[in-house]
Amino acid sequence: MFDTLVRPYLAIFAARFLTLLQYRAAAFAGIVTQFWFGAIMVMALSAFYADGRGSPSISLAEAITYIWLGQAFLGLLPWNVDPEIALMMRTGNVAYERLRPVDTYFYWFARALAWRAAVTLLRSIPILIVTSAVFAFVGLGAWSLRPPSSSESLALFVLSMTAVVHLSAAMTTLLNISVVWTISGQGINVITNSLVLILSGMVIPLPLFPEWAQPVLFVQPLAGLVDIPYRIYFANLSGREALGGIALQICWTMVFIVLGHLLMAHTMRRIQIQGG
Amino acid sequence: MGAVRLYGRYAAASIKAQMQYPASFVLLSLGQFLSTVVEFIGVWALFSRFQSLGNWTLAQVALFYGTVNIAFALADMISRGFDVFGPQFVRTGDFDRLLLRPRATALQLLGYELRLTRLGRFLQGVLVLAIAVGLLDLSWGAREVALLLSAIAGGVALFVGLVVLQATLAFWTVESLEVANTLTYGGVTAAQYPIEIYSKWLREFFTFVVPLSCVAYFPIVGILGIDDPLGASRWFLWVSPLFGFVFLGISLMTWRVGERHYTSTGN
Repeated sequence: MFDTLVRPYLAIFAARFLTLLQYRAAAFAGIVTQFWFGAIMVMALSAFYADGRGSPSISLAEAITYIWLGQAFLGLLPWNVDPEIALMMRTGNVAYERLRPVDTYFYWFARALAWRAAVTLLRSIPILIVTSAVFAFVGLGAWSLRPPSSSESLALFVLSMTAVVHLSAAMTTLLNISVVWTISGQGINVITNSLVLILSGMVIPLPLFPEWAQPVLFVQPLAGLVDIPYRIYFANLSGREALGGIALQICWTMVFIVLGHLLMAHTMRRIQIQGG
Repeated sequence: MGAVRLYGRYAAASIKAQMQYPASFVLLSLGQFLSTVVEFIGVWALFSRFQSLGNWTLAQVALFYGTVNIAFALADMISRGFDVFGPQFVRTGDFDRLLLRPRATALQLLGYELRLTRLGRFLQGVLVLAIAVGLLDLSWGAREVALLLSAIAGGVALFVGLVVLQATLAFWTVESLEVANTLTYGGVTAAQYPIEIYSKWLREFFTFVVPLSCVAYFPIVGILGIDDPLGASRWFLWVSPLFGFVFLGISLMTWRVGERHYTSTGN
């Protein structure tokens, strides 16, 4: 039972994870870039908060924590199509995917999961360590990533981040499937890129948007990628609200998995293989 | 053929090539437009909550934002050859062919590609600038227009200078260093707000090392007609864009040093 149902997907996950861990130089460049962008954002927010106006629902320290968590876990965002799958579509190698004795949807889901997790793992740890521990030592305490509010928030945060990885993989897989129609994948990256950045909370923390927008921003699926887990981390969402947020993440993950699975079945019946 | 006419030929060929894929051109331009528009939505949202950024209003910040985006879009449009210099020319040894031609290598690299998709960011910058001009009650005389145009021109020179320096490094490292993006893209992001709001070390870096504030902060303060909160004297606000060109000049001199140092990877 285990052998046929789970093992192939675990093997796919492990193989891809190890491949991606090879790109250490790219990760280093990425980390430097993210410190820089994070620092600019932190300085701009500090200047906005300085006058004490606007009665934001999160404090400056919380907003800064939000920014650094965002930079650390940037790699988890489902902002683009897997370039290898896009290449598969162009070359026609996608035909091989149909020959494998596994469910193609969950095969691609496992790939996406490994891809996002591996890229993030390499980049998040140094950013988390430097922004939390090193900043305090070098006199940048006001700019540092604060520890979670309580052990309960930390536990809920870990749970919520686990949901993020799955939500992101489900969205990525849906994007990957859509490449079957557009072949290049470029067009899809263009639209999703901007939407994901603004609606997840990466451009500015969602609680800083106007109050009238808050209810809509909370229930839309992209909040589950950034906003919900980070607000759980500093207990802006706690207790029942936190559990509600996690339930929302899980619901959206299920919706995207069901949608993706249906779409995969539909497209694979009528797929045209590029020859050559 | 003069350098300008030759560049015209290069540009025309590049435009023709890109127009072979009109759908791709439209989508990528749209993407550039959207991804920069969401940045401005973020700025707008912060102002709608906090009302002001220190003493700066949204309309004033929009003037900084629009100017630097226009300058960067234009620089990004023309400097593609330098941007891909490491992987496309040094590693492959293709730079040898450029050296054989009786023209400056910098000109040939400028002619490598004119990236029209950057029109997306350019249009967004123009849009934000237009909003700013509409909201601000400024007197636009010939002097103000000239200062705005020279700020944009100086900004283009500065950003091209940064990409040239990045390419120069490739003479030694072969690969392009992605870290250089922190200065180009990171510079635009920083200059979208008035430099005055940042910590002293960052302000000094962007004034004395990479003179970004000379093209994206001081001239705009001059156009706004206010006293510089950082205390620069008025005459300096009006000549500051020149430092963008000085920076480009130094970059090109460094480029020539690198060029002499070049040894082909062979092929």
